[in-house]
Amino acid sequence: MLTIDINKQLGDTLLQVTAELPTYGVSAIFGRSGAGKTSLVNILGGLATPDSGRVQLGERVLFDASRRINLRPEQRGTGFVFQDARLFPHYSVSGNLNYGRPRRGRKTSFDTVVELLGLEKLLPRYPAALSGGEKQRVAIGRALLTEPELLLMDEPLASLDLPRKKELLPYLQRMAEELKLPIVYVSHSLDEILQLADHMLVLDSGKMVLNGALEQVWDSPLLRPWQSVQEQSSLLSARVVETLPSYEMSRLDLTQDISLWVNKLLPQGESIRARIHSNQVSVCRERPQSTSIRNVLPVTLSAIETAETGQYVSLKLDLAGKVLWANITRWALDELQLVVGEPLFAQIKGVSLTSSDLAAA
Amino acid sequence: MSLLTDYEVAALLLSLKVASVAVCCSLPFGVMVAWILARCRFPGKSLLDGIVHLPLVLPPVVVGYLLLVSMGRSGWLGSWLYHYLGISFSFSWRGAALAAAVVAFPLMVRAIRQSFEAVDTRLEQAARTLGAGRLKVFFTISLPLTAPGIVSGMVLAFARCLGEFGSTITFVSNIPGETRTIPLAMYSFIETPGAEAQAARLCVIAIVISLVSLVASQWLGRRVQLRASGQC
Repeated sequence: MLTIDINKQLGDTLLQVTAELPTYGVSAIFGRSGAGKTSLVNILGGLATPDSGRVQLGERVLFDASRRINLRPEQRGTGFVFQDARLFPHYSVSGNLNYGRPRRGRKTSFDTVVELLGLEKLLPRYPAALSGGEKQRVAIGRALLTEPELLLMDEPLASLDLPRKKELLPYLQRMAEELKLPIVYVSHSLDEILQLADHMLVLDSGKMVLNGALEQVWDSPLLRPWQSVQEQSSLLSARVVETLPSYEMSRLDLTQDISLWVNKLLPQGESIRARIHSNQVSVCRERPQSTSIRNVLPVTLSAIETAETGQYVSLKLDLAGKVLWANITRWALDELQLVVGEPLFAQIKGVSLTSSDLAAA
Repeated sequence: MSLLTDYEVAALLLSLKVASVAVCCSLPFGVMVAWILARCRFPGKSLLDGIVHLPLVLPPVVVGYLLLVSMGRSGWLGSWLYHYLGISFSFSWRGAALAAAVVAFPLMVRAIRQSFEAVDTRLEQAARTLGAGRLKVFFTISLPLTAPGIVSGMVLAFARCLGEFGSTITFVSNIPGETRTIPLAMYSFIETPGAEAQAARLCVIAIVISLVSLVASQWLGRRVQLRASGQC
């Protein structure tokens, strides 16, 4: 467990965070710029000192104001990946990779990291001759090779253009899956977080708004202000139980008799996180007959959330205990006279699987 | 060496020896002071800055006089050094090197300091997150990235040392073979009636070594710059 309990005055805003993050998987720190994300991750890495409080990683105390403990960055055992790669210009790629490697570092881990991040061809080159995405990959490899107990990543994709982002994201996903290393990932992009994170902490002008497992946080009404209408979506985790190779579709079971078809051939038995955009969901009272839409699921209307502006309202639907959001127009709401608690059918036009869906961030 | 007379060779070699020793011995101090001025904040920093720059604005005679008073064999520091360590600066080439080093010091510090200030401190931060202590960061990141500035500081200081005249003649006098560098030798010829030709020959020698060191420093500077930015 990574225990954080800190206060720090940053100009006008007070950064105040009391949270526990798991020491497995990817924990995202999300917030708009200026929310204090970078300051928080700098505090974890020892690059900034809080005014008071403590930070503890497992059994190790990294910072404790009352006991006057403040480990220096080089003593913390935390790898750091910055937004700008910060490669050393006078070292080659392999020199950069080896810079922080422990003297008795394992040869196998070097080869593994080089292979994982696809760095073989870059080893003899110098940072001046690398593209932005390549630089960032080297920076990640350099941090991994220090054999850290915790990897801190401060918006590693933010300074890259969309093609570079798309190029780097699969590496990050592989890394998060294959290495048993807890990662704290700072980002202002919900899309990136959806692709990578298991846990999410939301900061707003220095205050912690939300902290919890991604799927719980995702459904919280407190997160709605950060999602534009296009971004509003529901997350459902499920396992692949059936495939139709001739149509290239797979069936995910949400409960025993409710299942979701997705347009991709997936390995059977795999656990998948499906994201359903609220704009892709419509509702009707009767089960539609002879429709082109494959996913028509029985739901119960559990809440109607009207926004003050805009033509849309959000319907919160109960899908066998899971939450599904639908956006419909205000006109449709008035005409259908929907009542909370009534049974409906949700038609889902599109489902995206988070691993293949990096929307323009 | 038939081109040059023994007298000229002696003055030339002495000049090169004095300048090289002055630059090499003052370099560690120059790097240290430049780093302190570039990176540290402390009360009295502008005083230190002023003292370092003083030889640049003081008349060289004043520097020579101060050295004579402090570092001469009967000076307060010089007598102590002579008594306990057996080192004497008075009227020897070592004194000439000391005078040259003091006068050239501000030029060296200015160049190196600017170069330290240009080093991206975020790279130093990154090095620390990779487990490097302050000393390792200094020797593997800060210092190599400062190398172009160190080279240009050394070249500037070397050129200034070759041309040093006023404080040298005040501090260690004009002794042939010991403290008579090229400028002092030239001064002696100019003072001697009928030695204009010898003075002119020395003048040519001075121009040639200055040109050679300038060209060499440009070549070296380019190489170091390329290395520091990882392009060769």
